[in-house]
Amino acid sequence: MHIIAFLIRRAVQAVIVMFVISLIGFSIQDNLGDPLRELVGQSVSEEVRNEMRQEMGLNDPFLVQYSRFIGKAVQGDLGTSYFFKRPALDVIMDKFPATFELVLGAVFIFLSLSIPAGIYCAIHRDSWLTRIIMSFSILGISIPVFLTAIGMVWLFGVELGWLPAFGRGQTVELPWGWDTGFLTWEGIRHLILPSIALSSIMLPLFIRLIRAEMMEAMGTDYVRFARAKGLPERRVRYVHAFRNTLLPVVTVGGLMVGTLIAYTILTETVFQWPGMGFMFLEAVNRVDTPLIIAYIIVVGLIFVVVNTLVDFLYTLINPMVKLPGAKA
Amino acid sequence: MISLKGFIRRFLSDPVAIAAGFVLLLLILMAVLAPLIAPQNPYDLMQLDIMDSEMPPVWREGGDPRFLLGTDAQGRGVLSTIMYGTGISLMIGIGAVIVQGVLGTTLGLIAGYKGGWIDAFLMRLADIQMSLSTLMIAIIVLAIFQAGFDANTYADYAIIMLIFIIGIAEWPKFARTVRSSVLGEKNKEYVDAARVIGLPARKIMVTHILPNTLTPVLVISTIQVAEAIMTEAALSFLGLGMPTDRPSLGSLIRSGFEFIFSGSWWITLYPAIVLVVLILALNLLGDWLRDVLNPKLRRGDD
Amino acid sequence: MAMLDIRDLHVAFPSGKTTEVEALRGVSVRLEKGERLGVVGESGAGKSMLAFAILNLIAEPGRVSKGEVVFHGENLLEMSGRDIRGIRGNRISMIFQDPMVTLNPVLSIGTQMIETLKAHRRISDAEARKLYIARLREVAIPSAESRMDAYPHELSGGLRQRVVIAIALLTEPELIIADEPTTALDVTIQAEIMALILKLCRENDVALILITHDLGVVAEVTERIMIMYAGLCVETGPTRQIIKAPRHPYTAGLLKALPQFAGRGHRLYQIPGSMPPITALPPGCAYHPRCEWASAECKVKIPPLEEGCACFHPLDQTEAAS
Repeated sequence: MHIIAFLIRRAVQAVIVMFVISLIGFSIQDNLGDPLRELVGQSVSEEVRNEMRQEMGLNDPFLVQYSRFIGKAVQGDLGTSYFFKRPALDVIMDKFPATFELVLGAVFIFLSLSIPAGIYCAIHRDSWLTRIIMSFSILGISIPVFLTAIGMVWLFGVELGWLPAFGRGQTVELPWGWDTGFLTWEGIRHLILPSIALSSIMLPLFIRLIRAEMMEAMGTDYVRFARAKGLPERRVRYVHAFRNTLLPVVTVGGLMVGTLIAYTILTETVFQWPGMGFMFLEAVNRVDTPLIIAYIIVVGLIFVVVNTLVDFLYTLINPMVKLPGAKA
Repeated sequence: MISLKGFIRRFLSDPVAIAAGFVLLLLILMAVLAPLIAPQNPYDLMQLDIMDSEMPPVWREGGDPRFLLGTDAQGRGVLSTIMYGTGISLMIGIGAVIVQGVLGTTLGLIAGYKGGWIDAFLMRLADIQMSLSTLMIAIIVLAIFQAGFDANTYADYAIIMLIFIIGIAEWPKFARTVRSSVLGEKNKEYVDAARVIGLPARKIMVTHILPNTLTPVLVISTIQVAEAIMTEAALSFLGLGMPTDRPSLGSLIRSGFEFIFSGSWWITLYPAIVLVVLILALNLLGDWLRDVLNPKLRRGDD
Repeated sequence: MAMLDIRDLHVAFPSGKTTEVEALRGVSVRLEKGERLGVVGESGAGKSMLAFAILNLIAEPGRVSKGEVVFHGENLLEMSGRDIRGIRGNRISMIFQDPMVTLNPVLSIGTQMIETLKAHRRISDAEARKLYIARLREVAIPSAESRMDAYPHELSGGLRQRVVIAIALLTEPELIIADEPTTALDVTIQAEIMALILKLCRENDVALILITHDLGVVAEVTERIMIMYAGLCVETGPTRQIIKAPRHPYTAGLLKALPQFAGRGHRLYQIPGSMPPITALPPGCAYHPRCEWASAECKVKIPPLEEGCACFHPLDQTEAAS
């Protein structure tokens, strides 16, 4: 029951945030570009233009236009892309699978590398492997990510030619319209470099974070007590110490969502990956205003949803933080 | 506070700091003196010859001693563009930090000193901004800006826009640092003394508390410059930053990127190296500064 | 043969790059089955070091540099990891000082209890649960069943310590080492918890090493005490005897400082000076700078522990002389 109260509260917050975002988005759209010019071109006379303006409701007061916008948005109509001549939301949804799979690949790589690496470096403080990993992470923080990505493109794509460095390769269309790259070997090959590049942003930071937190946990009294109880060392490390490490990691992870979205755009640019980020930059170049605004709103929504999920996850892990509304 | 003599002595005894400082100085000099020492002026369209484009560095087959590091697609000498570009990157980086410094320090002072709902509001705002991440905010704002204005207008205002956007997006970092300093100082006796005399809040904040918060501000400033330069480079790489006719290091990397595949790797490589070296030097100096100015790590002879 | 025989135990810590300082400088003590020993001293005297050293739990970078801890004929310090884990929490249990940091905040009480039993016995979760609930009742924790699923922060300090005691007792150990078990608790609860520990030890014939700085508690609970100062034992013997007639000047000073010995309206006594840190120990007897009766010999040689007192001028001899 507490879960439902929590979700309702967050849903209300989300609606408010989306409201603000859509208001900002709409007022920008109002002032950017001229929808009429895009639709009709230069050769139409002034009179016809004014008529069309009236018809399209472009002369109505701001609030009226805005509520119309909201009304349509809630139904899934976020305007029509000038370039693609299709509903903006459709265009975005087309590109969504590509971005989603890229992020999924990156998160998978990042989790499966950073957690073991962080734990290893914490437990075996002086081993040579630890030294190598820590040096890499210092380097990783100093070199801008897009350079790492470019470096990878050059090294693995051009020089060595081991892995494809742009595009998605072959995709398979799943029944509900989702184009996936996971079902073909070609698709997966294309996914490798971009996923590694995207995960490389988080890796150094999280390896250091997990290592620091784990080291701190291993030095606590409760870990000492666990040892004094005669528990096997494996349980001491991975149940007692590690559970406490998860909390700050989830917190920091939650704060990185915005960064992740930004770097997805960067990665898609380097690898010419046909996802939402790439689409967004092209839309900016083409001054495809409805698409730009639609992207901003969709990204805002994603941001809000992910943050809610992270908060929820946190309450699951940390027994000291109860969901609001739960009994103490 | 560390004495000037102690500071200099610490500096001279740390090889990493000396190396980083030296490199940084070199790069700054290169940038400032670019109009005087660059082999060409890459902005002067009259000097460019399209026949000079995509020439490799001088030590390779096809190289030309006029262009030591080769040329890009427009025939501009890579060495020259790097010299000017570094200047632009530095200008934006330092400018942005000045903006975020002033804004963040002011807001941090107010939040820390006044407390109450102002503090709560500002910190909440800072939280939201930090979770949105500077890069994302900048991308969206610049995208809208670029979509709303034509290319020429955009090019004219790009530097200012970048400085202000990066500056405004990053104020939370300075604000938080200053705020925690203020919270620490607020309870000290000299503040009470000032209040008893009847000094107005603003005066207390500026003349008494502010000087004591400057140390941490100095520490993060250097690293923030590196951050700002990195952010600007990423934005320019995306095409949302400096345009290609007034390129920063990031824009240079962008314009050279497509040529990696066709073999003219030098157009991207050299700007990239300079960028990395610049950021590394700033980060190392910033780390060193943090250690030196940390009161807990004070050595006896300072 | 004594159940537990600690022989010349030394614990050292690195200090700087090449040297080490000793936190325990050669401690020896014996314990019989069911016996209750109090270990008394100021903070930094080495009491906790002794406790952790017994189970070979000295945290890095410290180490046991010399000595043996013989438990039923076997040296615990030389046991394999597997064997020593079989002793810890099973035949020798520990109770730490602050139950809030002893218990892992993210795991439920039940989990932390059951895992202990399962580490040492082949037993199902359900069986273990039953046993624990019975134990919790024994230590007077009301509504034990629902508490099993609670988290440490949901219980009061006193309740938490009772849980820790229950955990310590469940495996039916032969020895419990309690390191300042009541110091972190409210004054009103301290007596209760201490009484509980005493009762359980008596009923189950469990030996106890009680580490504390509180002479008052020690007087009530223990049969023998040992007084520690700067990493060494300076006096040891039957509790009652030592309290009535201390022989080491330090012990006398400690007793004098107790409020019950001060006359009405008189200032409380304090031993002048303070205990030196292990990094700056004076030569000879570590207590000599604060001792009224210090002689030239005391400043140069460390007095050996003879007949329960490590002093060149034990008080009964001094008084007899004067």
